[in-house]
Amino acid sequence: MNDKANKIAYAVFALAVILLGWQVDNEYYLQLMIFIGLNTLLALSLNMLMGYAGQISLGHAAFYGIGAYVTAILTTTYQVAPLLALPAAVGTAMLVAWFVGIPTLRLSGYYLGMGTLGFGMIVHIVFREWSSLTGGASGFVGIPPLEIGPVVFASGKNYFFLVWSVVMLCLIMCRRIIDSRVGRALRSIHDGEKAAAAVGVDTKKLKLQVFVLSAGMAALAGFLYAHLVYFISPGTFSFVASIRIVTMVVIGGMASIWGALLGASLLTLLPEWLHAFSEFEMVVYGLILMSVMIFLPRGLTRGVLDVYERYRKSHER
Amino acid sequence: MTEIGIFKTDADQSLFHSVIQISNLFRNSDFVLRIYGILKHQGLELANRWQNPKSSKKHAMLRIRNLKCFYGRIMAIKGISLSVNAGEITCLIGANGSGKSTLLSAVCGLLPDWTGEIELKGQSIKGLDPPALVRRGISLVPEGRLIFPPLSVMDNLKLGAYTRYKKKAAGAVEEDLESMMSLFPILRERFRQPAGTLSGGEQQMLAIARALMARPRLLLLDEPSMGLAPMIVEKIMEVLEVLRSGGLTIVLVEQNALAALEAADRGYVLETGAVVLQGAADELLADKDVKRAYLGKDYGDFYDAG
Repeated sequence: MNDKANKIAYAVFALAVILLGWQVDNEYYLQLMIFIGLNTLLALSLNMLMGYAGQISLGHAAFYGIGAYVTAILTTTYQVAPLLALPAAVGTAMLVAWFVGIPTLRLSGYYLGMGTLGFGMIVHIVFREWSSLTGGASGFVGIPPLEIGPVVFASGKNYFFLVWSVVMLCLIMCRRIIDSRVGRALRSIHDGEKAAAAVGVDTKKLKLQVFVLSAGMAALAGFLYAHLVYFISPGTFSFVASIRIVTMVVIGGMASIWGALLGASLLTLLPEWLHAFSEFEMVVYGLILMSVMIFLPRGLTRGVLDVYERYRKSHER
Repeated sequence: MTEIGIFKTDADQSLFHSVIQISNLFRNSDFVLRIYGILKHQGLELANRWQNPKSSKKHAMLRIRNLKCFYGRIMAIKGISLSVNAGEITCLIGANGSGKSTLLSAVCGLLPDWTGEIELKGQSIKGLDPPALVRRGISLVPEGRLIFPPLSVMDNLKLGAYTRYKKKAAGAVEEDLESMMSLFPILRERFRQPAGTLSGGEQQMLAIARALMARPRLLLLDEPSMGLAPMIVEKIMEVLEVLRSGGLTIVLVEQNALAALEAADRGYVLETGAVVLQGAADELLADKDVKRAYLGKDYGDFYDAG
């Protein structure tokens, strides 16, 4: 039953994406929806780590940045084909996550937060200061567009379909992991590491694996970002960006696949809608986030479902 | 009456007859028989599948020699030696801080900082982590139950079989799920509910069932009676006895000394990290010092003597 509902949800989602991509011609809206897609990838990757396994990361933008910078350097400085740079970008991020994860994931709670925060800052400083490689604070210019065979992904529409196919694939992959034995084990770590260990879950190994997977997905988003905008600078991957990803996960709903999509959509669209408030923009933005958390403390996905349940119950009587 | 085939040994036969007598009293033989049949049948079947029949002989399943456990620089256990016979219920009793839970944590690998020897079936378990120990047949029912509240009862049970999926087909796990729900029918009713919505007693049953899903040889229980009504405690002890009668080896850590000793074969009394008394459970039950200190009987005597 639940499985069926899920399949219907995916079908509706895919149909909506196709319809939107087909009908919308306005470059601005296409661009906006591409960014929603990228942010969904980021939120999804962090949700696996934070929502399901319960391990907070305040440095997730670092992996996003590693993905972007590796492909930028390889394709521009070394003239590697973008398609070949993809495994390098994702692989580098995963390797870094593996090395960073071994000591950091022994921490938990606030301490893990601090550890990952420090890591994020270090990576950000490397992007900014290693000018010969990364272009320094002024950024990296002239990244080539993505080419797969004869197809060049340059126009908004092409890129829209590319990004959203990747999002769709990642959504399905995450769903499958969560519904598996490994997914159950991940959620058990969230609820209590001691109890998880008592039933025989290798908590250390599993935490490291999900951290590496999460880093890989964030790097994939970074790769797509670099070939979308052709220009990257360290500011995009700063501490603030990490916090934005955390906010997307929390606002959307922890431990929810669709929460990642909702959170990413809201946080991408809000600033655009709020331009009308000009100098009060950030105030209104903050107020909206605060009210979501006060009235729907479990995030948009669960919150909306709860409200719906209450509505249905009150009407049954 | 078809179920009579299950009761093969003399002890089973006599138990069967007393059940018939009781059921005559209640004029509801069907009900009593069914309960007994389910308990006996499931318990035997479950235990037979986990154990080879030879293990009913008395050899040591777990042997601990001169165990010392440390929390940083504090020594919580100061040289304990004990032995747990296969197919028996061994209980460890003692007040808060006597080192009962620490000992269990060391045996199941959650506390790696210890010296001495711990042997499972003659093999040292030094340096093994909890997953490796679960694979070797040690399952823990942790203190305070520690079920996974937001996960469904089904997911909790399946997590118990986490270490088994790689080796065997999921079919065997499904079978065991079914067995668990026969052993604890309440879990069938609650199958898809989040485990956090269960009552205390139900959660304890879930925690035991989860541990059994790993098909252990040695089941460790840390205060299963904590915070439960006496009737539920009795029920849980009954289940443990059924599992034991099928050959499962059980170590029971309890503050509720009376309930534990009544169910157990052997007992050890711990005090501030050392064994102060040991013996057959019924001897301990009759022991004057134990009565005074842990069973709350002869309260008057205690004061008169003082």
